[in-house]
Amino acid sequence: MSTASVPLPNWITYGVLPLLNLLLAFFISGLVVWSIGENPFQALRLLIEGALGRGEAIGFTLFYTTSFIFTGLSVAVAFHAGLFNIGSEGQAYVGGLGAALVALALDHYVPWYVTMPFAVIGAALFGAGWAFIPAWLQAKRGSHVVITTIMFNFIAAALMVYLLVNVFIVPGKMAPETRTFLPGGQLPKLDWLMALFGMKLGPAPFNVSFIIALVMCFLVWLLIWRSKLGYEMRTLGISPSAAVYAGIPYSRTVIIAMLISGGLAGMMALNPVMGASARLQVEFVAGAGFVGIAVSLMGRSHPLGIIFSALLFGILYQGGADLSFEMPNITREMIVVIQGLVILFAGALEYMLRPAMVRIYQQFAGQKSGGK
Amino acid sequence: MRPNRIPNLPRIRKERLRLTPHPAIELAGIDKSFGAVHANKNINLTVAKGSIHGIIGENGAGKSTLMSILYGFYQADRGEIRIDGKPVTIRDSQTAISSGIGMVHQHFMLVENFTVLENVMLGAEGGQLLAKGVAGARKELKRLETEYGLDVDPDAVIEELPVGKQQRVEILKALYRGAEILILDEPTGVLTPAEADHLFRILKVLRDQGKTILLITHKLREIMAITDEVSVMRRGEMVATRKTAETTVEELAELMVGRRVLLRVEKGEAQPGKVLLSVKNLTVKDSRGVTMVDDVSFDVREGEILGIAGVAGNGQSELLEAIAGIRKPTSGEILIDGQPVAGLDPARLRQIGLAHIPEDRHHMGLVLKFEEYENSVLGYHREPRYGRGALLDLDAIRKDAEEKIAKYDIRPPNPRLKTANFSGGNQQKIVVAREIERDPKMLIIGQPTRGVDIGAIEFIHRRIVEMRDAQKAVLLVSVELDEIRSLSDRIIVMFAGKVVGEKTPDAGEQALGLMMAGIAA
Repeated sequence: MSTASVPLPNWITYGVLPLLNLLLAFFISGLVVWSIGENPFQALRLLIEGALGRGEAIGFTLFYTTSFIFTGLSVAVAFHAGLFNIGSEGQAYVGGLGAALVALALDHYVPWYVTMPFAVIGAALFGAGWAFIPAWLQAKRGSHVVITTIMFNFIAAALMVYLLVNVFIVPGKMAPETRTFLPGGQLPKLDWLMALFGMKLGPAPFNVSFIIALVMCFLVWLLIWRSKLGYEMRTLGISPSAAVYAGIPYSRTVIIAMLISGGLAGMMALNPVMGASARLQVEFVAGAGFVGIAVSLMGRSHPLGIIFSALLFGILYQGGADLSFEMPNITREMIVVIQGLVILFAGALEYMLRPAMVRIYQQFAGQKSGGK
Repeated sequence: MRPNRIPNLPRIRKERLRLTPHPAIELAGIDKSFGAVHANKNINLTVAKGSIHGIIGENGAGKSTLMSILYGFYQADRGEIRIDGKPVTIRDSQTAISSGIGMVHQHFMLVENFTVLENVMLGAEGGQLLAKGVAGARKELKRLETEYGLDVDPDAVIEELPVGKQQRVEILKALYRGAEILILDEPTGVLTPAEADHLFRILKVLRDQGKTILLITHKLREIMAITDEVSVMRRGEMVATRKTAETTVEELAELMVGRRVLLRVEKGEAQPGKVLLSVKNLTVKDSRGVTMVDDVSFDVREGEILGIAGVAGNGQSELLEAIAGIRKPTSGEILIDGQPVAGLDPARLRQIGLAHIPEDRHHMGLVLKFEEYENSVLGYHREPRYGRGALLDLDAIRKDAEEKIAKYDIRPPNPRLKTANFSGGNQQKIVVAREIERDPKMLIIGQPTRGVDIGAIEFIHRRIVEMRDAQKAVLLVSVELDEIRSLSDRIIVMFAGKVVGEKTPDAGEQALGLMMAGIAA
């Protein structure tokens, strides 16, 4: 038997271990920075300052965080039902179409707070709709959802480019994007929230969808750990045969889980489309769907963990952008390497330090209890 | 069954004993703790060379820990291991193997899509290129097979072999690595009675050839049938060692549990009422289209236990699954209270009043990663008493779980503990409590006491009889003939998917055994 079966207290599993992994990731990143002739401490300082130094920096960090919370939740919900939804990227992209259609339809007539609920529903419906076909294929035909959702990312990208270039483009313009939404189709910035902490948001696009994201965190928690549907999803995710025994319908549960997952991914579009650029553009998701996989993995598929890991990735995104601006030697690609190291250590290698930790813990606990 | 070809070999056993006066294994003062759990307390054990030594104890008594120390998975906190009189430090399984210790695990460690030969060679290929090693291994395998009567085709692919043969491959693997001491951990848990008998014959040949065998089990019958000596463990301590010939099942059971145990089920006369469950001409095919249940008909009345005897794999599992709604029958009828229910899903059947204790609690009856209270409502979680609307009422569920824990003496009494951390017997009690406390009209049970310790067996058997006495219809499937005979009011025997006959429980074991083998009806 190995140390994998030895239980550790939660504060080690969810506190000490992730922290150690993160430190290790930063240590290796530091070596990388050092090896190209830059000062790693200086780089770290710039990164932190770039992400959290000023009101504007924090605003950008939280803007990214918002997107990652949505996609992280999307991946997590599917994961609880035993499904690996790689398609959050495409679902978010198509979700943008739902949000944009609502904004384009209503922005002339009503204020933003009337548009918002419809936009949330529109984004979620379109995201869910995009997840439906892979879900149905998995549930009824056994086509693996990983394969189909990856394919649907490509199809979504092609579809959206087609629509933006041929349908939504403003006549006479060169850019493949919709017209700019009026304020009635925009989500306002959260300057007041920043002002509470005595900070200025500046041009940063931190907006109301952050609050929607936090509400969704609560709803996902409620769904997974407090609802009958969530119980059924978790049963199916951990033990499909126990789910059959318990009379939990496989197809229905798979499809519903994927629809919720796709809906959450779709809502991610609210943030960049209605909260930042106020128009639907090509490639607006910009990889947030894939980052969501890492966020969910690192956050142990728990909404609270997802908030923290989304924040971490928000910091890496914003701080990294600033860092590559300040230290030209550290290119955009270098930042991707550092992000990759964080994903590697905090996600893929999350159990690497566990055996050592078990040994230390056992010695410690042994001394405490049986020290004769 | 093919006749067994075990060659007649010269008895070299006594000679070897004279040559090496040391015992094969000596454990002195072995002590091991996991945090606050004291798994092995000052264990002393001496195993004579060329003997079969049984180690029994309930689940959680520390048998597996002790064997893991011997095989190098764990390091003892204190104490000494001596092999052939020489003190050894076993750091890992490599050292164990080089000290001549081989282990056959309860769950096989085989590469499913490799051949027998490839599995045996694995980790001992002998060089970068395979060809030479393969030829050598094939020759050695041939020798081992004939010497010990281990009849296995070296080119067969593992996943296509029956479980009994897979186990022989595990034994071959150990012998190939030069094992003189063989540890078998619950080897018969997965075997049919015939396969188990065959295994015992192999073990006896191995012993007569001078190998030393440590047999870990909780089945007393096996201990009595095959061992020379037996040591009993209880709560981390070695409480007794006996010569098998000088002890009895009753004594061993008492040593294991620490109190007198009722090995026989006490029950009064059945008072059968009207027919509650009726199966008519039921045929079930598996996913490959093979007929597993073939035109089976029977009735179960209120207030009786109908036992289905048979060697594992003769259609009982599929029959139970069809009645429970897990598997769709191909043809035939299932009636509950006269209403056709074939094809209904398990959730609907639960509402009608059918409770199901499945054969495989690890994969069906429980979600091992769930906390105990979550499993205490599995399948019943949609009932209004566990929460109205879309949400679960966790307070109600936990209170309900605590009541069941108290009533069924589930230990440790902690509904927030992960289910995987309960012992086999306590896990089974979680399932039994959930299904019986629902107060169903009828109960179908598969292997109620597989992997369950004696104390819990007694408890579960009493609950089943109580269900009968409360005028419920009970359908019981078990491969343990003793269990079927002591619990059932009527017994039907299944062979190759068909019901081959019906008997009363006082029918002799031999008569039932012949029917189970498909020889007489």
